[in-house]
Amino acid sequence: MSVIVDIKNLKREFIIGDQTVKALDDVSFTINSGEFITIMGSSGSGKTTLLNILGCLEKPTQGTYLLDGTDVSNLSKNELAALRNSKLGFVFQSYNLLPRTSALENVELPLLYNNKISSRERKEKCIKALESVKLSDRIYYLSNQLSGGQQQRVAIARALVNDPVMILADEATGNLDSRTSYEIMMLIQDLNAHGKTIVFVTHERDIAAFSKRTITLKDGRILSDTINKKVSSAKDVLENLPPIIEEPIK
Amino acid sequence: MKIANLLNIAWRAISRNKMRTFLTMLGIIIGVAAVIAMLAIGEGSKQSIERQITSMGSNMIMVRPTSNVEGGVRMDNSTIQSLDEEDIIALKKKPQYINAISPVVSMKGQVVNGTYNWSTTIQGVTPEFLFIRSWPLKDGVPFTNQNVKAASKVCLIGVTVMANLFPDGGDVIGKTIRFKKIPFKIIGILSKKGNNSFGQDQDDMILTPITTVQKRILATTYYQYIYASAIDKNSSDSASAEVERVLRKTHRLKETDENDFTVRTQTELANILTSTSSILTILLTVIAGISLVVGGIGIMNIMYVSVTERTKEIGLRMAIGARGIDILIQFLIEAILISMTGGIIGVIIGISATKLVTYFMHWPTLISQSSIFISFLVCFITGVFFGYYPALKASKLDPITALRFE
Repeated sequence: MSVIVDIKNLKREFIIGDQTVKALDDVSFTINSGEFITIMGSSGSGKTTLLNILGCLEKPTQGTYLLDGTDVSNLSKNELAALRNSKLGFVFQSYNLLPRTSALENVELPLLYNNKISSRERKEKCIKALESVKLSDRIYYLSNQLSGGQQQRVAIARALVNDPVMILADEATGNLDSRTSYEIMMLIQDLNAHGKTIVFVTHERDIAAFSKRTITLKDGRILSDTINKKVSSAKDVLENLPPIIEEPIK
Repeated sequence: MKIANLLNIAWRAISRNKMRTFLTMLGIIIGVAAVIAMLAIGEGSKQSIERQITSMGSNMIMVRPTSNVEGGVRMDNSTIQSLDEEDIIALKKKPQYINAISPVVSMKGQVVNGTYNWSTTIQGVTPEFLFIRSWPLKDGVPFTNQNVKAASKVCLIGVTVMANLFPDGGDVIGKTIRFKKIPFKIIGILSKKGNNSFGQDQDDMILTPITTVQKRILATTYYQYIYASAIDKNSSDSASAEVERVLRKTHRLKETDENDFTVRTQTELANILTSTSSILTILLTVIAGISLVVGGIGIMNIMYVSVTERTKEIGLRMAIGARGIDILIQFLIEAILISMTGGIIGVIIGISATKLVTYFMHWPTLISQSSIFISFLVCFITGVFFGYYPALKASKLDPITALRFE
């Protein structure tokens, strides 16, 4: 099992006015491939900053971050962009799909910024990604014609399409009702079962229960880093939900 | 980054907002169409003037006496008697740039054919006159140098004169008409030349041997004009200088004296007439060009709004691996696509508008390829120029801030 993320003594400080705010203060941990980690913490605990650093959107003030063996701290902005394009997949709380654009074109987006992929290959990969999120019947639907859950699944397909070493999800269920949230979690558990490394930022304890490991942050420091001994299955939870009268979301 | 991919991205982005894209284009469309139409109308009128000038003759040079001051009195042009046979002989001696010379005397008067009469101009000329004015005969034969020597009472008539004196038609050649009670035998009919650029009917004219007018009607030895023709188009300035040099000599003018005649070339006349039209064309095109610039500002405005509105999209693109330069090029291509598409539609509308003007208002128009090419070039430059700043702003966004933008 290879190490995907290796973080040592990570510090991130912001200077606001004449005050220095320590968003992250001496954080160290590693993530192995195939892990499903949730990062928890109240707002202001530094979890967003940590996610930004993990996502190579921001550089640490101090400390080292190795992503899949690459030292991120010395890379230029353009090199970081290339790294994000090839190694990372993002899922956001508000989906961030392009408006009035088909599911297919949304999923294509990361591959358009990759020169090595031909347009035929691109389309094949997109359809495969959409199939893996069970949306093969919605390929040409525009983003505004899809439900919230479906939109988030398109976003997950977009995160999968470049075959990243790690998927970063930022409150990915935050805008969804609980049933749809469980469906998304089921999908994510499924992806993890197929070997995808997943880092999921959330403040909901019941979402964290689906992951294998939970890192809790407080005031920029790691409060706890625990292995979840009893991972609950989103599939079971879904089946035990009281039946609803409306037609279930496909 | 593959340009094809960026083109693809930019195309998708602008086709997502069709109405807005079209409205943005509208400024460019109107600007380009106006430029094309204005240039076409301007070029057309210039060409038609040039055609009229060319119809006046072949590389013609006109000499006429000017008023000179005699004892403080500026004399009227018609009384000046400075051009005479001596000048013609001198000019014909060893011409370098001149291949034909004809003196002219003319007078107005009534010409009569039986019960019909018509007021026209009779011009006394030499046979070379027809060559100088590139004026072939429609019918009959021209008079000869022999006729000039003999002061024969023969004439060539213009089609307007013929129509008024012989309304019933029939064979005109050989008939006799009277001018100042002198009978003239018609030996030829001039082909139709139409109006000149001043609106005068050039066909309202009778040509006779110059000596006939000088001796039989006016009783004078002077000429009112001398017409000459330069050997080719390019030597018209040299020919004009030659005429001036020769005439100054025969008129015995001192270095300090002003010319007592003026030499005008056809080229000069053409320049004078087309310059007005040129100025008007430039003026109209500048106004049309301003509307193009306003259209460009419209693009800049919309691109600006678009960058702000799509901040989150830009953040997303950056998060999934777009570099700053990719974003810059994407927005630049969007602006260029809008302006170039607008340009193409503008050219089509401009050409159609021009055709309509020609069809309904019968204005002469000419669509030059260069005007189309320049329009495209200006569109491209407009797109780059007005798209660059918003695109730069987009590329400088920080992905984290952009993603969190609401």
